[in-house]
Amino acid sequence: MTTAPTAFVRREFAPALPPPLATAGWLGFLREHLFSGFLNITMTVFSLALIALLLPPMIRFLFIDAVWEGSDREACLATSGACWPFVRAKFGQFVYGFYPAAERWRPNLVYALGAILLVPLLVPAAPLKRLNAILFFAVYPVVAFVLLTGGDLDLRVFLLGRIPRWDALSGPGAILGLRLSFWIDYLISALLLITLAVGIARLLGAEARGIALAALAIFVLFDIVLLAVDLNFGLAPVETRLWGGLLITLVVAVTGIVVSLPLGILLALGRRSEMPFVRFCSVIFIEFWRGVPLITVLYFASYMLPLFLPTGISFDGLLRVLVGVTLFAAAYMAEVVRGGLQAIPKGQYEGAMAVGLGYWQTMGLIILPQALTLVIPGIVNTFIGLFKDTTLVLIVAIFDFLGQLRAAFTDPNWATPVTLYTGFAFAGMVYFVFCYGMSRYSLFLERRGAIGKLR
Amino acid sequence: MKRVLSTLVLVAGVGAFSAAHAAVLDQVKAKGFVQCGVSQGLPGFSSPDDKGAWTGLDVDICRALAAAIFDDPEKVKFTPLSAKDRFTALQSGEIDVLSRNTTWTLDRDTKMGLNFTAVTYYDGQGFMVKKALKVNSALELSGATVCTQTGTTTELNVADFFRANKMKYEVVAFATADETIKAYEAGRCDVFTSDVSQLYAQRLKLAKADDHMILRDVISKEPLGPMVRHGDDQWFDVVKWTVFALVNAEELGVTTKNLAEMMKSTNPEVKRLLGTEGALGQALGLTNDWVARMIKRVGNYGEIYDRNVGPGSRLNIERGLNKLWSKGGIMYAPPIR
Repeated sequence: MTTAPTAFVRREFAPALPPPLATAGWLGFLREHLFSGFLNITMTVFSLALIALLLPPMIRFLFIDAVWEGSDREACLATSGACWPFVRAKFGQFVYGFYPAAERWRPNLVYALGAILLVPLLVPAAPLKRLNAILFFAVYPVVAFVLLTGGDLDLRVFLLGRIPRWDALSGPGAILGLRLSFWIDYLISALLLITLAVGIARLLGAEARGIALAALAIFVLFDIVLLAVDLNFGLAPVETRLWGGLLITLVVAVTGIVVSLPLGILLALGRRSEMPFVRFCSVIFIEFWRGVPLITVLYFASYMLPLFLPTGISFDGLLRVLVGVTLFAAAYMAEVVRGGLQAIPKGQYEGAMAVGLGYWQTMGLIILPQALTLVIPGIVNTFIGLFKDTTLVLIVAIFDFLGQLRAAFTDPNWATPVTLYTGFAFAGMVYFVFCYGMSRYSLFLERRGAIGKLR
Repeated sequence: MKRVLSTLVLVAGVGAFSAAHAAVLDQVKAKGFVQCGVSQGLPGFSSPDDKGAWTGLDVDICRALAAAIFDDPEKVKFTPLSAKDRFTALQSGEIDVLSRNTTWTLDRDTKMGLNFTAVTYYDGQGFMVKKALKVNSALELSGATVCTQTGTTTELNVADFFRANKMKYEVVAFATADETIKAYEAGRCDVFTSDVSQLYAQRLKLAKADDHMILRDVISKEPLGPMVRHGDDQWFDVVKWTVFALVNAEELGVTTKNLAEMMKSTNPEVKRLLGTEGALGQALGLTNDWVARMIKRVGNYGEIYDRNVGPGSRLNIERGLNKLWSKGGIMYAPPIR
C-alpha cells in the first residue's frame, strides 16, 4: 500500500489579503451606507442637494456676511448677515433675565455647582454615587434656592401661630433672620404632632418607637431645610419676577425633570396598584392633568388662582408655574413608566414573590430597574418635551430664554432687518445644544442598560 | 364636605371684605412700590434696553407715578403682560395700574370692572406702502393686498374702512408683528397696516426703510392710556392727575432742566403746579411737591414723548395729534387748581 505523494502541503498560514475594495475604506463605506440600492441612492442625492442648497447661505449668514462689532442698530443696517453685536448686547438678559447685574455671581455659582454635581452623577464610572446623589437632589436645591432668591424668608408662623390670639410668643424681632416666635411655634408643633402620631400608632396597635423616630427624623430634616432658607446670609433678596432667560428655562426644566420622575413613578405604581382607593386617585390625577393643555394650567395657576385666594395670601408667580409644570409633567411621566411596567412579564413578579420579597422590594429591586431601562427613550422624550415646553411660561408673563429674545426684538435701538433672524439662529443653537445633549446621553444610557440583554 | 364649604365661603368672604376696604394708594405706600402692568415688548412704549431696564412711554408713566408717590422713579415693578391677560391681571390685583398700550373703548371701560384714567397717547391705525406704488392716499388702495396681525382690532378696522369706501381688498394676516413686517418686506402684500406708532417702529426693521412711506390717512381712533380697577376713586384720581400734571407741566414750560428756576417762579399757575402754593397734592393723598418730584425724576409729557417715541428716539414719530392743544394738537389737561 503506497501513499500517494502529497503534491502540496501548506506549511504556514496564508497571508491575510486585504478585503475586497468594494467593502473597505471610505469607498466601501459610501457604497454600503449611501449608495446601496435605488432608494438609498435617491435619498443620498436628495440630501446632498439639500445640504448644498442650505449650507452655503447659512454659513454666509452666520459667519461671512455677519457683523461682529457695533454698539447699536447702525452697525447692522448695511449687512445681510447675522448681527452678532445684538446678541452680545443682550447676552446678559438672555442668560439671567432682569437679574441685577451686581448679583449675577449668584446664578453663576448655581450654574457651576449644578455642573460640578451633575457631571459625576451622569458618568457611571465616577465614585461616591450615593453621596453625590444626596448632594444633588437634597442639598443642591436648598443651596440654589437660597442663592437665587437670597433666602431669609422671614418665617413668622408655623402651625400654632395660625390660631387666632396666639401672640404670647411674638417676642423680639429677628436675629440673623430668625424669629424666636416661629421656632418656638415649630418646636411645640413638632412635639405635638409626634405625640399625636405615636398616640395614633398606639391606638392602632402599631409599633410606636419606629413611628416616633421616623416622625422625629422628618421634623429634624425639615427643620434643617427651614433653617437654611430662613437664615439671613446677607444676600440681597432678588424676586423671581426679575429672573429670566436661560435661568428661568433651566430652573423650570430642571425642577420639572427632577421632581416629575419620582412623582411619575409613584403615580404609575399607584395606577397599577391593587388598592382601589390609591388606583382611583392616581387615575383621576393622571387623567385630569393629561386632559388639560399646559397653557391652561399655567394660565389658571397665574391668573385664576389669585382670584380665588383671599387678598394677602399669594404665592410667588414662579412657584405657581413650577408646581403646575411639575404636576403636568408627572402625569405624562406616569404613563411612560406604566408602559414600562406593563412590558415586564408576570413571571418576574411571581419570581420576586417566590423569593419572598415584599412589594417595595419587588418594585425597587426587580421590576423598576428593568421597566425604567425599557422606557428610557420615552422618559427622555418627555424631558426634552418639557425643556421646550418651558417656553410656554411666556404667556404668564415669565420671560424664559425665548421670551427675553422676543422682548429684545422690540428694542428700537436694535431694530434692523436681520435682528430677528440673528436672534432665532442663536436661540436655535442654544436649544439644540441642550436637547441634543439630552438625547445623546439617553442613547448612551440605553446602550449601557441593554448590555444585560446582549449576553 | 360641610366644613370644606364653610371654609370656602369664609375665604371668599374675607377676600371680598379686604378687597373692598384696602385703598390702593395706602397699599402701594405700605409695600413701597407701584406694581405696573406693561406690554411684553412694544417699541417706544415698553421694551427692555441693553441693561435690562424697562424703557418707553408707558413705562415712564409708571415711573412718574412712582416719583410722585415715593420721589423715586425706581420704586416701580413691572409685570410684562400679553394682550390677553392684561385685564385679568388688573382685576385680580396682581398689578396696581395697567399702562399697556390699551385703547380706550366704551366696552372696556364698563364691562370689565376697570376704568380708563386719561389719554397718554393718541394713536390711530394707518398704512405703510412702498413709495414705488405711487400712492398718496388710503383711498387709492382699492384692490390692494393688506398685511395685518391677526386677532387685533386692526383687522376689523381695515374691513370697515374698505367696505365703507366701496373698495376691494384682500387681507393676509399673521400671528406676530415681526412676521407681518417680514411678509410685507418679502412682497406678500402691498400695504402694511397697524397703529401708526407701530408702523414707525416696524419700519426700522426694513432693509430699505426709505423706500417705504406711511400714509397720512388714519382710519381709526386709538386713544391709549393707563387703567385702574373700579371702586377706588382715590387711586383713580392719583393716576389720572399724574397724567394731567405731566401735560400741564409741558404747557407751563416746566422741564427737568429749568425746574430749579421754576420752583422760584411767581406765576400762580406754576406755583400751584409745583406745590409752592396751596395744598393740592395733599388733596390727592400725596405730598404737595408731587409734580416737582415727577418733573425732576422723569420730565414733563413733552420730554417723555421726545425721549421714547419722538425725535430723541429711533422711532422719530411726528407729534401730530399728541401736540398740546395750544400748538395744534389735542393733548389737553384740566387745570391744576
